[in-house]
Amino acid sequence: MSAMPDIPRTSFHLEEEPHPPEGGSTMLGFWVYLMSDCLIFAILFATYGVLGGNYAAGPAPSDLFELELVAINTTFLLVSSITFGFAMLSMMQDRLRSTLIWLAVTGAFGIGFLGIELYEFLHLIHIGAGPQRSGFLSAFFLLVGTHGLHVFFGVIWLVTLMVQVTQRGLIGANRRRLMCLSMFWHFLDVIWIGVFTFVYLLGMLQ
Amino acid sequence: MEQTAPLPVSPIFGRLTLDAIPYDPIVQATFGVVVLGALAVVYLIQRYRLWGYLWNEWITTVDHKKIGIMYMILGFVMLLRGFSDAIMMRLQQVMAFGGSDGYLNAHHYDQVFTAHGVIMIFFVAMPIITGLMNYVVPLQIGTRDVAFPFLNNFSFWMTAGGAVIVMASLFLGEFAQTGWLAFPPLSGIDSAPYVGVDYYIWALQVAGVGTTLSGINLVCTILKMRAPGMNMMKMPIFSWTSLCTNILIVASFPVLTAVLVMLSLDRYVGTNFFTTDMGGNAMMYVNLIWIWGHPEVYILILPLFGVFSEVTSTFSGKRLFGYTSMVYATVVITVLAYVVWLHHFFTMGNGASVNAFFGITTMIISIPTGAKIFNWLFTMYRGRIRFELPMMWTIAFMLTFTVGGMTGVLLAVPPADFLLHNSLFLVAHFHNVIIGGVLFGTFAAVNYWWPKAFGFTLDRFWGKVSFWFWVVGFWTAFMPLYILGLMGVTRRMRVFDDPSLQIWFGIAGIGALLIALGIAAMLVQFAVSIWRRKALSDETGDPWDGRTLEWATSSPPPEYNFAFTPVVHATDAWADMKARNYARPTEGFKPIHMPANTSAGVILSGISVVLAMALIWYVWWLAILAFLAIIGYAIYHTFDYDRDCNIPAEEVAQVEQSRTERLSGAV
Repeated sequence: MSAMPDIPRTSFHLEEEPHPPEGGSTMLGFWVYLMSDCLIFAILFATYGVLGGNYAAGPAPSDLFELELVAINTTFLLVSSITFGFAMLSMMQDRLRSTLIWLAVTGAFGIGFLGIELYEFLHLIHIGAGPQRSGFLSAFFLLVGTHGLHVFFGVIWLVTLMVQVTQRGLIGANRRRLMCLSMFWHFLDVIWIGVFTFVYLLGMLQ
Repeated sequence: MEQTAPLPVSPIFGRLTLDAIPYDPIVQATFGVVVLGALAVVYLIQRYRLWGYLWNEWITTVDHKKIGIMYMILGFVMLLRGFSDAIMMRLQQVMAFGGSDGYLNAHHYDQVFTAHGVIMIFFVAMPIITGLMNYVVPLQIGTRDVAFPFLNNFSFWMTAGGAVIVMASLFLGEFAQTGWLAFPPLSGIDSAPYVGVDYYIWALQVAGVGTTLSGINLVCTILKMRAPGMNMMKMPIFSWTSLCTNILIVASFPVLTAVLVMLSLDRYVGTNFFTTDMGGNAMMYVNLIWIWGHPEVYILILPLFGVFSEVTSTFSGKRLFGYTSMVYATVVITVLAYVVWLHHFFTMGNGASVNAFFGITTMIISIPTGAKIFNWLFTMYRGRIRFELPMMWTIAFMLTFTVGGMTGVLLAVPPADFLLHNSLFLVAHFHNVIIGGVLFGTFAAVNYWWPKAFGFTLDRFWGKVSFWFWVVGFWTAFMPLYILGLMGVTRRMRVFDDPSLQIWFGIAGIGALLIALGIAAMLVQFAVSIWRRKALSDETGDPWDGRTLEWATSSPPPEYNFAFTPVVHATDAWADMKARNYARPTEGFKPIHMPANTSAGVILSGISVVLAMALIWYVWWLAILAFLAIIGYAIYHTFDYDRDCNIPAEEVAQVEQSRTERLSGAV
């Protein structure tokens, strides 16, 4: 809005009420929010960096992680990003049904990811490698768990949006909300790539 | 309440029992006064049938001006609470000599100094600066509201919710006894098994949500909603410092959130983030919380630097000297705010080279700050200075803050810090900059913008009484602490052995009493001004011959701020308009699109308080219910798509017509 229109130096107000696009700040606002969320993850990564080697005579990453499982998990999440991309492409082409189908597929992959993560967590707790066991495991559970919690809320949001898109169609407000969720979802993917690399892959090397 | 064995947790009430009501005559008397006060307020609201008015015009409002005023009221009310704690500490420390235990036991005293710090920073300074930014920024940049009006209402109520949680701790259970940053292992479950630290954690988490969201909101507002023609380098300095402050908020409060989550996991789940065994690292907490804590210092002071810039320029009748350098100084401070955090714990064993690095960065940050001081001085140079109250506060600030800044540079030298760390010298230093900077700035701002907000100026006589009591009181209260600190007295002490120290605590106590008179005079000033509002009224909307856009509209501004969106050609837009004989338009009004009120903010915040209380008292069923209610209500709220309304052109014309009449003196 701050761009200077062709207004003479002696004019000090607009004659017509300007109509900035509705929700014009939403994308920027959501970006700023994502960056603040990114900072939370940055702190959790830093914490893992500090505590990651403190096993307290307990298990180390290579004793615990099963890369096959993590590979499946990662695939689920990465594929879900592609399918969300397809949903957004369908939205751009105003194809309601196809948008909803791709959103459903994305949600299914998200739930699959959460299922595997939950299984992994329960397994670790079961063999006595719960978050209380050592500084390393506290940091691990918090970092991976916070990401998982974000995916969980992403799925709830996704279902809510599917209902709203079904009710009202691909109206401007819903498109904006889908764009936000899309950014959120891809953001979680980027975070996961960090988790996969620094926690799992590097952990297996130690 | 001293707990040794863990309390039994009942499935229905958690660990909440009748014993949670503190058996302490001071607290009970306070509780009595608070209850009587609350009953009186309720009675008055009922008597004058104000429930609907309060609900519709204030509680559910999305108007940035009303939300700003509510933030200010919250800040000032909490100032009274935080100051009571201060008086209690001063009294205790002056009494507890020669074998006397004073009048506060250790359990109570430790809560008092913790609550004082937490309340003054989170529930006085933060609401006040957020309130100022909320009120002034949209007016200064010539827009009708903030970018996300509902979020603004929600943010305010979350901040208020945090304050409610802190206040509840006074009458139910206890508050933390850890100092305002709650370092583990002292704040761990072994050393602090009862509810104090949990109150601390959840009050800050609830308020922190509000602070972060309001930061995002104001960043977007300033970046996206400026009036046509106002490019970044034509933005008023207060808006610039607000932008930098909100960037700091967005980029530092998440750190606090994360570190408090880790502390609560240690306490609730038994993880090992900050424990002293099992691979935990308590020093990591100190680092992490100061990575938030140092930017927080600049979050507090930057908006007031903006206030001083506006005030100096207005009351010197000149544009600000060195506008560009002022902007860059602000930005440099913003960046440097992130690379000095370690100076808060030089003594923790970081090694000489690390200490040297952070000592030097700390000293460097005084350069842009010094540049600002010189800019203000040169603005005053050859200006026609009017010594109105805001200008008096600004000059008091310059004299006081410079001393505080210099003792800060002294503390930045690591070897000196090894002597002064955790001493009363440090306490004197940060009170010197926070009172001399943040509070004096707040008072300048309140005296400056009050006529804008309410349409009448503040009483000068009582303002001056308050000013002199505050300024003299501050110097009397804190200079002795510098001396005591140099003599080696550490902070947070409850009793003393050396009788030669008592005189200094006595002087400091007298200073605190003077400040109390200053606060009282300020309350009288508000009351007298409201009483005499007819005599003090200002119809022009521009009582100080202001220079920025907020003075272009009426006082108080209409709901829509500006009948027509202003167009900006120069840095001091309103001064430019006046210089070019701008004529206020009186016809051709158009309907104005505005956001509609919503009750979602106060409801979500209310449930958040319930959730926090349930978590504090281990009432798990209620916590689960409240959590589900928050999610459910938030989802329900997203199904409401109609959040706007239109102000018809006739209504705008009517409001503007009445202003025209007032300007011509017809009424």
